[in-house]
Order: sequence, then C-alpha cells, then structure tokens
Amino acid sequence: MKNKFAVQVDDLTVAYNYKPVLWDIDLAVPEGVLMAIVGPNGAGKSTLIKSVLGIIKPIAGSVAIYGKPYNKQRKLVAYVPQKGSVDWDFPTTAIDVVMMGTYGSLGWIKRPGLKEKKAALEALEKVGMLAFKNRQISQLSGGQQQRVFLARALVQNASIYFMDEPFQGVDATTEIAIINILKELRKAGKTLVVVHHDLQTVPEYFDWVTFLNVKKIATGPVKEIFNDDNLTKTYGINYKVAINK
Amino acid sequence: MTSPQIEIQMIAAVVAVACAIPGVFLILRKMALISDAISHSILPGIVAGFFITQDLNSPLLILLAALTGVITVILVEAIQKTGLVKEDTAIGLVFPALFSIGVIMIAKNANDVHLDIDAVLLGELAFAPFDRLILSGLDMGPKSLWLMGTILILSLGLLFLFFKELKVSTFDAGLSSALGISPIVMHYGLMSVSSVTVVGAFDAVGAILVVALMIAPAATAYLLTSDLKRMLLLSIVFGVFSAIAGYWLAHFLDASISGSMTTVLGVVFLMVYLFAPRKGLLSVLYRQKQQRTEVSLITFLLHLNNHSEEEERHINHLNEHINWQKIRAKTILDLAQKNNMVLIKDEIVFLTEKGKDFTQRALEYIMTNKDDRIEHMKDDFFLFRG
Repeated sequence: MKNKFAVQVDDLTVAYNYKPVLWDIDLAVPEGVLMAIVGPNGAGKSTLIKSVLGIIKPIAGSVAIYGKPYNKQRKLVAYVPQKGSVDWDFPTTAIDVVMMGTYGSLGWIKRPGLKEKKAALEALEKVGMLAFKNRQISQLSGGQQQRVFLARALVQNASIYFMDEPFQGVDATTEIAIINILKELRKAGKTLVVVHHDLQTVPEYFDWVTFLNVKKIATGPVKEIFNDDNLTKTYGINYKVAINK
Repeated sequence: MTSPQIEIQMIAAVVAVACAIPGVFLILRKMALISDAISHSILPGIVAGFFITQDLNSPLLILLAALTGVITVILVEAIQKTGLVKEDTAIGLVFPALFSIGVIMIAKNANDVHLDIDAVLLGELAFAPFDRLILSGLDMGPKSLWLMGTILILSLGLLFLFFKELKVSTFDAGLSSALGISPIVMHYGLMSVSSVTVVGAFDAVGAILVVALMIAPAATAYLLTSDLKRMLLLSIVFGVFSAIAGYWLAHFLDASISGSMTTVLGVVFLMVYLFAPRKGLLSVLYRQKQQRTEVSLITFLLHLNNHSEEEERHINHLNEHINWQKIRAKTILDLAQKNNMVLIKDEIVFLTEKGKDFTQRALEYIMTNKDDRIEHMKDDFFLFRG
C-alpha cells in the first residue's frame, strides 16, 4: 500500500434537517485505486461524494485532496453526477455538455475556445460518441447520455475522478465500454471513486472498496475485505435481498 | 404614426426584450411561478419606495422593490426547507401575503397619490409618454424608456459576461458547484435581475402582463429550438413581435394595450404549440400515425419472413390472418410494394431481397436495441427516430 492519499476524509458528519446521513466518517483513499463505494439506498453514498466536492456543507469534519482543502484543488478533481440529476430536455448538444468540463479551468467570464473544443472532441471520441457530437441531448439513449457525462469528466483532465452511479440505466455494451475507460484511467495513475450498486461486479471491476451505511463499515482492498461478513454488516438482514436485485 | 405612438411601441419592445432574457432561464430552471410571485410581492416595496421618493421611476424605488422580490425568493425557500410544504405551496403562501400588505399600504396612505390597484395589476402603457425626463430644460423622452433601457443594457451585459456560468449552473448545479461556479450566487444573481426587471416593467405593463412577457416568449421558443442561444434570440423576437402587434391590436380595438399584448402572446404560443415542426401537436400526431403504420409494416414483413408455406402468404389469407381491416391491410401492402419490399405473384406475396434484408435488420434492432445498427435506417423510418 502506498502511503500517499489522494483523498482523506476526517470525522465527517453530514445532516439534513438535523438527521445525520453520514456519521463520523474517516476514510483515506490511496492514490491510483479504482474504488467502489457500496451500501444500501440512503446509506449516504452520493452525499459522501458531494460533501468531498463541497456541494454539501458538512456539520463537522474535514476533507483533503492531496493534503489540501478541496477548493484549493478543484483542478485535480473531476465529477460525474448521477444521470438523473439533470434535465436532459435542456436545449443543448452533446459536445456543448462535454465542453462544460472545461469551465472550471477557464474560470469566471472567460469563454471556451478552439483548444477546449478540441479537447471535447477528443473526449467524445474516447467514449465512442464522436458521431453524436451535434445531437440534442434529449435525443440520446440513456447509455449515450452516460457516455457524454463520462466524456465531460475526461475533458477535465483530472487526477481524481468521482462518479455517482455511472452504470445506472446503461446496457451491457455501454457498461463494458465505461469500465474499460475507468480501468485505463487507473492504469494511467488516476484515482477513481465510484458509487456502485451492483455487488456482483465489484470483484471484477474494482480493486478497492468502501462499505458505507451512514457510518463507514470497512474500507480496503477488494481481495481482503469484500466478504460476507462486511456485506452483512452493511446491508443488515436485507443483504440477500440486495444481492438478488 | 405620432411620436407618442412610436414611444409607446419602443417602451413595449424594450420591456419585452428585458423580460424575455431572464424568462428563458426561469423556464429552464422550472421556476416560472417565481416570476409570478416576484411580480406581486414587490408591491409593498414599490409603495414604501414611493412614500420615500415620490417618484415611480426613481432608481431607489426600483432597488427597494427589487429587494422585496429577492426577499420573496428567500422566504419561499425558507418555508420549503422546513420540508412541511412543497415549493408551489410555499410560493402560494408568500406572495399573496406580501401583495396584500402592499394593498393595505396603498388603501391606508396613498389615496391621494397616483398609485392605484388597477394600475398596479394592469399597468398603463398609454400614459408612459407623459412622464418625461427633462435634463436642464431639454426633453430627453419618456422616463420609463430610459429606465427600462438601462435595465435592459444591464441584463444584456450580465448575460454576455456570465452566459457560460448561467448555462452550467442551470443545467447541472452539482457540477457547477464542484467546478467552483457557485450555483447559489448564480441563482440569486438571476433572482435579482428578474426582480429589477419586473419592478422596472410593472409601471408600464402591470404585474400580470410582466409575468406573461417573461414566460410566454421563452415557453414558445422552447418548442422550436434545442439550442440555448437560439432560444434566447427567439424569445426576444416573439416578445418584441407580440409587444408591437399587441399595441396595434389595442389601437384598432380601442382596448387596453397590455391586455392586447398578452392576448397576442397567447395566440403566438398557441400557433407554435400546434404547428411547431418537431414538438408541435400536429407533428406529434402525424409522427404517431406514421409509427403505427411502420409497426404494422414490420409485423407484416415478419409474418412473411416466418412463413414459407404459400397458403400463409396468400393475399386473402393475410387479410384475415393478421386480423386487420381491409383498408389497413391494403395500405400496408401498398407501402411494402412501393418500397420494393414485397412482390406479388398469383396473389401470393413474396419478400424481395431488400425486404428480407430490412426485416433482418429491424429484427436485430428490436432484439439488441443497438442504435448503431439502424443509424442509416433512421432517415427512411420514423419508427427508429428517438
């Protein structure tokens, strides 16, 4: 295990209306891992990602990206939100959505130019969506929309990628395409944190895993900690039901 | 045209453009109702501002009233955040309360001044040219034209500078926040611009029409385009068209200008709703009919594909077997023939090579649901269009 942590979360507590959804989370993600966050619905998986990215303000605790607060390290981080979190009827095209990934490095007011457009085209090509670049986003299938979101994260050219259920509602081909890109990113030394629902694919896709259910149950290499004991602790008596989903 | 006529149309057009810009983003953020709330709840702000400044076009009054607009948004969000009521309920609670405070303030204190409920609700564009801006003895034109012109330039400038930020925070607030473009700042910025625009416009067009001018052009444009810039441009065009057409409608009917403008806005929306090329009602109905026909065609071709026996492919048999009425069966058969997909020999229907190929690909698409297999078929067939 390397001793350099890409993401470090200390004593993080997040509450909605005074009801804790994440309770005293300590988590250190080593550099270069492809990590799944698993846990039942309402376990706070998305909330964990959102609080690391400063989208949700925690009531206690701190987050560090390579040892510094997130707002100092924005450019090192890319984010793929849940596909369902946006309105796909928004009047825009695939390439335009991908270009949004460049807005962070551009900063306020400055407009994207040729360089940004080129980067967006390259990212679209990588996810196999170049042919759809000018298509209105509502005219894309669910899998294609997810690929566009992935391209938007690629264009951020980050060191750490946070993804919220990138496999949700995509067909098998797209799922394979996406996981191949994620594995490629890991090979290139990137760190990936992925909220994941399908427990059966965890050992195949990921090398690191975090079990979460409001509190952190366990975190570590898949080979060592992905076992019945931790699954039962995380999913409680519903563990079998969760597997069958 | 007399010069007051030109001035009224200019004011109407400037108001329309100024309203259309924030309107587009309100629609895309699904916040159309907020403009209704703001337009009503600014009333106490306007009355208070009027007591202080004694001038409906004073910038101080505009700012005070716009502040009430922003307070409305904050109140709505605060009530919503309790989790006890939904957003529409919160809006319904806040704005009548603030509006009624304004109504009482007028009734108690402003009986002797030029500010009454009718003017607040409907505005009176016809009087706008009477209130003129005089600078060292020189007539510079109607005050409200200057006022709305300033507001318009301000909001055009902000739109130009922050177009990218408005776009990303509207489309994906989560990403926007992660990128460091605060959606909260953009939200309150938009709310402030909307409030200032509503306050500036309401003297001319009233609290009700101002909502129409914000929402109707944007809603109409939304049906016609899938490009944000074009949507902004179209909303402006619809707004200006309705403003000027509405003025002339009022002129010929001898009716209220603001009422006529709203009517034109409604008619324009209705026309586009019916006739828009892609999202319009007629084109949707036509497409559905086409799709039904094409599904029938594929069903028919599949049947031919599945049966090599001649008796299964006899014209009369097909008629009964697929259980379609004669006309429908004939339409489908004609369609298949016209596209060279079937041949008829001695009343027996055969699939041609093209027909076989098409059936095969259609089948493959239906089984695998893979888009790339039918990309090139999409132009021929409605069925596969997303």
